[in-house]
Amino acid sequence: MSMGMVLALMGAVLSTALAGMGSAWGVGVAGRAAAGVVSEDPNQFAKVLILQLLPGTQGIYGLLVTFITLSQIGILGGAQVADTNTGLMYLLACLPIAIVGLFSAYHQGMVSVASIGIVAKKPDQFGKAMLFPAMVETYAILALLISILSITNIPR
Amino acid sequence: MASDWDYIYAVARIRVLETRLLSDTDVSTMAGLKDAAAVVAYLKDKGWGDASTQGKDPEAMLAAEERKTWALMKELGVDFSVFDVLSFPNIYHNLKTGIKEICTSGNHPEAFYADDKYDRDEMLRILRDKDYAALPEHMRACAAPAYEAMLTGRDGQLCDVIVDRACLEAIEAAGQKSRYKVIRDYAESQVAVTDIKIAVRGAKTKKSLDFLMKAIAPCRAFDGRGLAQAAFQGEDTLMDYLTASGFAEAAEALKKSYSAFERWCDDRMIRSIKPQKYEIMSVGPLAAYVLARLNEIKTARIIITGKANHLPENEIRERTREMYV
Repeated sequence: MSMGMVLALMGAVLSTALAGMGSAWGVGVAGRAAAGVVSEDPNQFAKVLILQLLPGTQGIYGLLVTFITLSQIGILGGAQVADTNTGLMYLLACLPIAIVGLFSAYHQGMVSVASIGIVAKKPDQFGKAMLFPAMVETYAILALLISILSITNIPR
Repeated sequence: MASDWDYIYAVARIRVLETRLLSDTDVSTMAGLKDAAAVVAYLKDKGWGDASTQGKDPEAMLAAEERKTWALMKELGVDFSVFDVLSFPNIYHNLKTGIKEICTSGNHPEAFYADDKYDRDEMLRILRDKDYAALPEHMRACAAPAYEAMLTGRDGQLCDVIVDRACLEAIEAAGQKSRYKVIRDYAESQVAVTDIKIAVRGAKTKKSLDFLMKAIAPCRAFDGRGLAQAAFQGEDTLMDYLTASGFAEAAEALKKSYSAFERWCDDRMIRSIKPQKYEIMSVGPLAAYVLARLNEIKTARIIITGKANHLPENEIRERTREMYV
């Protein structure tokens, strides 16, 4: 296997691993808060579940970028990466969603915990409560777009 | 030691429970009800009391609410050392009561606070056996001199001064040691207001400077010696000292009445814990919840007692406390 292939594969692995780690952490802390609310007020289950799931999207974005990469570098499709420079380009193209996914999921988890606190005290303010963690999502989406655009436009 | 992350579940649960705390509107409504029975009925509608308090006096219902609060904290797995500053007054009270019961050969089980470790039986055993090593470390130094003061001199007041001062010093030390701001603030506030209460009573009853120096504990909020000297010089000097030390509101409340001052003390504490409503993961909101519950139980007790003694509504309102929510 060429060095280019190793680098490209490393990019694919990092996008799922780092974004997934961030999501697991974010969903985990939000889940603890959600469980606290539901243990006292089970009627809020649906609302707090949505808030808990919000930090989970980064993991999905990372997975998506991994699939696109694998389908271009000869693992799930496309041609194998022969040279180091192309492999490095795949690695760099994967980094936005890997790094931004990790940190945005962490912070989105924290904001979700705070928003679950809003739902606990004022269930009718769910719409506003959901907007706060959704704001953090913006940056994960921007990173996803850049990763996809970069990967699909690497010259072969 | 639990980290702040470990409290995410508990804080979220407390946020739901905060919606069930009494509000200022509830307190105002209760103060306007016609008698103590109506207040008790109002509280029962809010879920106060339990099966064991049915048909018993209102005090049983209030005691049940306090028990429920501590049971909840146990269920949430809170590190109870956080609440040391709250439990100190009760165990020091049990020490004083135990000393007096032994020295006067009395029998007043109702005068003791319930405590998992230092209840009446254990406290009396410790005092009879002089097993002071069984007491918490911060309590040991004051137990023997307080006991001697009561046994040999029959000086109940000196016994109280020794134990109360040790209690204040223990609260201050525990507060300073705590890594939680809410506990540090609470400890500082408790010591400061208790010192002011001692100074006010001392000024009114014209206590000696020596007595005031012994009774007033060191405090971060002001110079204790200065407070004792001001109290010794009289009430006017004391008011001036409080105003100059940043306790102008306390001085104003004291000019109105002692009950207005007591209310100011509790309202000050409640205002100091209100920022905990915005914390998402620390023991702070849990400690604030306990303080808020104890505050509302105290307010309910004031209203029920006021109604039972046919106090006018405006006098009851003057005594009711500001609520947390």
